[in-house]
Amino acid sequence: MIPRLFAVLFMIVSLSQTAFAVEPDEVLFDKNLEFRARVISKQLRCVVCQNQDIDSSNAGVARDLRLLVRERLIFGDSDLQVLEFVTERYGEYVLLKPRLSLATAPLWAAPFLFALIAIFVGLKIIQRNRSRLLLDNFDDDTLPKNRGR
Amino acid sequence: MNRFVYMVPILSVVLLGGFFIWGLKSDRDPNAIPSELIGQRPPIFDLAELPKSGVRSFSNDDLLASENVSLVNVFASWCVPCRAEHAVLTRIAQDFNINLYGISYKDKPQDAVGWLEELGNPYQRIGADIDGRAGLEWGVAGVPETFVVSADGIVLYRHVGPIVGTKQTKRFLETLRNFGVLEKGDL
Repeated sequence: MIPRLFAVLFMIVSLSQTAFAVEPDEVLFDKNLEFRARVISKQLRCVVCQNQDIDSSNAGVARDLRLLVRERLIFGDSDLQVLEFVTERYGEYVLLKPRLSLATAPLWAAPFLFALIAIFVGLKIIQRNRSRLLLDNFDDDTLPKNRGR
Repeated sequence: MNRFVYMVPILSVVLLGGFFIWGLKSDRDPNAIPSELIGQRPPIFDLAELPKSGVRSFSNDDLLASENVSLVNVFASWCVPCRAEHAVLTRIAQDFNINLYGISYKDKPQDAVGWLEELGNPYQRIGADIDGRAGLEWGVAGVPETFVVSADGIVLYRHVGPIVGTKQTKRFLETLRNFGVLEKGDL
């Protein structure tokens, strides 16, 4: 019991910390700025390893972008301005959370749409099965038999 | 309404299947991110000269006012595909009326110069981007990349990866011709 509990706790703790690629020479002295840099980095896609954010990617471009984020923060940009700065150069795809626009509306709406279709079809099937069940139960010949069950 | 329920699986298969087949097209690169610079002026960038390369550096101004279309090629000595592309670039620079500018990307100057000495220098100007900062301004994700900039300073096209292979080279030259680039013999 105790070893199992320990194993579960260990897993929870270790899985909650994801690996990061920030090297010691990138870390800013200002703790606030560094924290903001980490937060922003987690929102930017690495353009080489495109499923990772630049905070966890080991690619060279990721490191350059991490340094760029810190450079802009030191320069005084707000979080949004830093994201905008990178987006100006690499395009909207570099934002891990897509912006809501006419082009991305289908992307955002699709899960809800599929869910609605699934619910609709599911309800239809349940309805159909239920009505079939009702019809079966009210068959005149078998009514006495049901009572006997 | 019952009919419609039966159509859903078939419709899903047709629509999704068709989409997946489109996705498997051989000349599609799902990782390709379109360049933000297309249709814009080239970015403002800062490039030092590559010492002992024999050519000067270049800047935004050189791209904004030129007589010919410019090719900005991002290369590095540590980049293996760049070697393959080198011959194609040399030929393009020889045969066409274009400016071939190079950005030596994240490379030690002595390595870059050594590479050029070994393979030959086709570039009219080279800028040394030692820390990759200029590459970030151009939206460079990897090496090599080639940008086509019009004579009056608008970025027209970006080719990601080396320009190698008959099909790719032909397509690139077609693109150049469509932008009005003439071969040197045509004057």
